[in-house]
Amino acid sequence: MGKYLGMEVSFAAAEAVKLCNVDVVAAYPITPQTHIVERLSQFVADGELDAEFVPVESEHSALSLCVGSQAAGARSFTCTSSQGLALMSEIVYIVPALRLPIVMILANRSLSGPLSIWNDHSDVMSVRDCGWIQLFVENGQEVFDHVIIAYKIAENHNVLLPVMINMDGFILSHMFEPIKLMEQEDVDAYLPPYQPKFVLHPDKPVTMGAYAMPALFTEAKKAQEEALLASYPHILQAWKSWEKVSGRSYHPVETFCSEDAETLFITMGSLGETAGEAVRVLRGQGKKVGLLKLRLWRPFPFHDFYKAIGNAQRLIVLDRAVSYGGPGGPVAGEIRSALYNMENRPQVINFVAGLGGREVSVESFLEMFISSIEGKASGYQLFGVRG
Amino acid sequence: MLGTINRSFILPVKGEKQMPKADSEYLWNELQPGCVITEPGTSRVYYTGDWRAFYPVLQKERCIQCGICWIFCPDMAYQKDEKGYFIADLNYCKGCGICARECPADAIHMEKEKEI
Repeated sequence: MGKYLGMEVSFAAAEAVKLCNVDVVAAYPITPQTHIVERLSQFVADGELDAEFVPVESEHSALSLCVGSQAAGARSFTCTSSQGLALMSEIVYIVPALRLPIVMILANRSLSGPLSIWNDHSDVMSVRDCGWIQLFVENGQEVFDHVIIAYKIAENHNVLLPVMINMDGFILSHMFEPIKLMEQEDVDAYLPPYQPKFVLHPDKPVTMGAYAMPALFTEAKKAQEEALLASYPHILQAWKSWEKVSGRSYHPVETFCSEDAETLFITMGSLGETAGEAVRVLRGQGKKVGLLKLRLWRPFPFHDFYKAIGNAQRLIVLDRAVSYGGPGGPVAGEIRSALYNMENRPQVINFVAGLGGREVSVESFLEMFISSIEGKASGYQLFGVRG
Repeated sequence: MLGTINRSFILPVKGEKQMPKADSEYLWNELQPGCVITEPGTSRVYYTGDWRAFYPVLQKERCIQCGICWIFCPDMAYQKDEKGYFIADLNYCKGCGICARECPADAIHMEKEKEI
C-alpha cells in the first residue's frame, strides 16, 4: 500500500497517469492544466515513463492525435481547459462515436469572454452532450484515484467509451495536498494492459469513422446512447474493485447528512467540501440540512439521485455556468427535469455561483440557505452579483 | 507499367451484383461498437453509380490506351479489358467527368443519363 506525500494536485494527476503506464501523451499548454503535462514530459525525459510525448500544435491536434493512437491500440492521455476544450470540441464529439477509451482531465476554467483563466464549469457544460462518461472530483486524492479508475472503466469491453475527469482549475490543480500514492504492482493488478476490441493494423484491416447515410445515422446514435447508459454498472464495478485496492469508496451521488434532511445542497466538484462545512455549521444550529454531490454527471445517475433526495422538500442547486436566456443553470435544469414526474417533488432553488473564480465560501452557502428558507431566493439567481 | 498493378481486389466478384443488406435494414443493436466495419474491401459491394447524372462514353478509335483515365478516376471505376482499353464500371462511376477532362486524346465524353 502506498504512502502519503504532500504534492501539487496536478503532479498527483501526472503520477496517476504514469502509474497507468500510458503509451501516448498529447500535450498542449493551457492554464490551469499545464502542470500535469509538464510533469509527464519530465517523467518521459527522465525515462520514468515509456511513452510517446507529443507536444502538438493545438488542442484540436491533441485529441486528434489521441484518436489515432488509441485506434492503433495505444493507451492515450491528454488534458485541457476552457478555450482548449472549445478548440478541440469537434473531436470531443467524435471520440465516443468511435468508442475509443481515451481518458482526459479537464481542469475546469471559464470560457471567454471576458477573458478569464479562473475556475467555473462553463467549459464542461459546453460539451455536456458530447457522449463521454463525465465525472467530477472534489479533491486531489479523488483526482489521483479517478485517473486510474477512468482507464479501468473506459477500456472495459462492455464500455469502450472515453472518460472525462473534471477537476476545478486552480482550486484543485494548483493546490498542495497530502496524496496517498499507489504502488505500481497494485495499479497493475487493478488495471490490466489495454486490450483494444478493434485496432488499426494492416494485417487485419478495419474501417473506423465511416460515413453514415440518413438511413443509418439514427441507429448509430441510438447505439451510442445505449452504450453510455450500459456503462453505468461497470462504473460502479470499477469503483467497487478500487475500494478493495485502495480502501476508498466512491458513488455516483455522494451524500452527507442527507438521511433526514429537509433541505439539500447539490454541488459538483470541489465546492462539495465547502458546502459540507456549511452543512456542519447548520447541523450545529439544529437545521435539517444535508448535501448531495454529483460525482457522475454522464450517464446521469437518476436512480441514485431519487434515492438520495429522500423526503427533502427543498433542493438548493449550485451551478457554475450560465445558460443564457435558459431556465437556469444547466445542472438545475436537469434536476428539475428529473423531478418532473414525481408526485411530491421538492422545490428547486438555483444559485449560479463561483463564476470565473469568484470565491464561494462557507458563509456563501449559509447565505444561500437563509435566503432560501426566508423565501427571498426562488427559481434562479446569480449569487452575489452586485447591483 | 500501367495496368500492371493489381486492382482486382476492388472489382466486383463475378456474379456479385447485389448490395449486401441495405443501410435501412440494420437495427441499432446490429452495428459494431463505434460502427467499425470489420471486413476490408466492402466498398466494392457498395454501388455508388446510381448517383450519376452523366456517364462517360469512350470512342475506342481515338483511345491511345494511355490509362490516364484509370489513374485519375477518384472511384477506381476504370478497369483494363483484355484488348487493353480502360472501361468505366458504371456500378461505381459517379459521373464526375474527370476522365473526360483529362483524356489527352479526347476519346471520352460525358453523356447525360436518361431522366427517370
